[in-house]
Amino acid sequence: MSSFSVTHKQIEHLDVLELNGELDAHTAAQLEESLQNLLNKNKHHIIVNCTRLEYISSAGLGVFMAYIEDVRGLGGDIKLTNMNPRVYNVFDLLGFPTLYDIMDDESDAVAQFANPS
Amino acid sequence: MPLRNSQIHLDLVKSTNTQNLSVPASTAYLSAVRDFVGTYASDFGFKDSDIDAIRLAVDEACTNVIKHAYDYDDTRHVMVYVGMNNSQFWVSIVDQGKAFDYEMYTEPDIKERIKLKKRGGVGVYLIRQLMDEVIYSHADGQNEIRMIKQKL
Repeated sequence: MSSFSVTHKQIEHLDVLELNGELDAHTAAQLEESLQNLLNKNKHHIIVNCTRLEYISSAGLGVFMAYIEDVRGLGGDIKLTNMNPRVYNVFDLLGFPTLYDIMDDESDAVAQFANPS
Repeated sequence: MPLRNSQIHLDLVKSTNTQNLSVPASTAYLSAVRDFVGTYASDFGFKDSDIDAIRLAVDEACTNVIKHAYDYDDTRHVMVYVGMNNSQFWVSIVDQGKAFDYEMYTEPDIKERIKLKKRGGVGVYLIRQLMDEVIYSHADGQNEIRMIKQKL
């Protein structure tokens, strides 16, 4: 079975979700639950750190597709960081880099939230 | 043109090496299917990016079968066939559920889907991007999606 987990940390008013393992149709519900939990608490400045994300299928991408409009509508954003090239390639195939903020490092996303350009 | 069942088996025989795996129609088995095809793709000599492409395409095809053909009924089974010869590597996913109407398929507009908060619906598009050739067939209550990657 795919192994996947989400851990959460706080950097000032920002929420960081760290993804570990393989995100597919079996594990996407866990990511969805984590995002929904943040939205339920009215938190919408979200960084998703993908350092330990080893795999993603369209079911995982679908979670980001389903939530980004709501989050941006509330004045927030979901910024994705630290993707390995294999995972980035899947986002790229679907044209995500023009639709989402995908940044090299978590610190870049923190800076971007602090000083939106 | 629809493939007959007999053709599925004929092609298996014609390949120099074939393997198969049957798993219950549950997303819990997706990683096992990815590892199964990944091992043979690696043995075939593909580079890592091709192995990744095959693993993802097969995951997407199996996810579609579990979701759409079988409506998450895990008493049903998904058959995965892997075949290879000197020049190409192929994976067939075979089910006996609802057939996918590939003639009705249109390329998804990702921006529009995001605006409508739709999740997914991009698996078939990904499969076509990742593999060299994709053939759908339906005969005698069996559906097959065959995904082919050429050896460079």
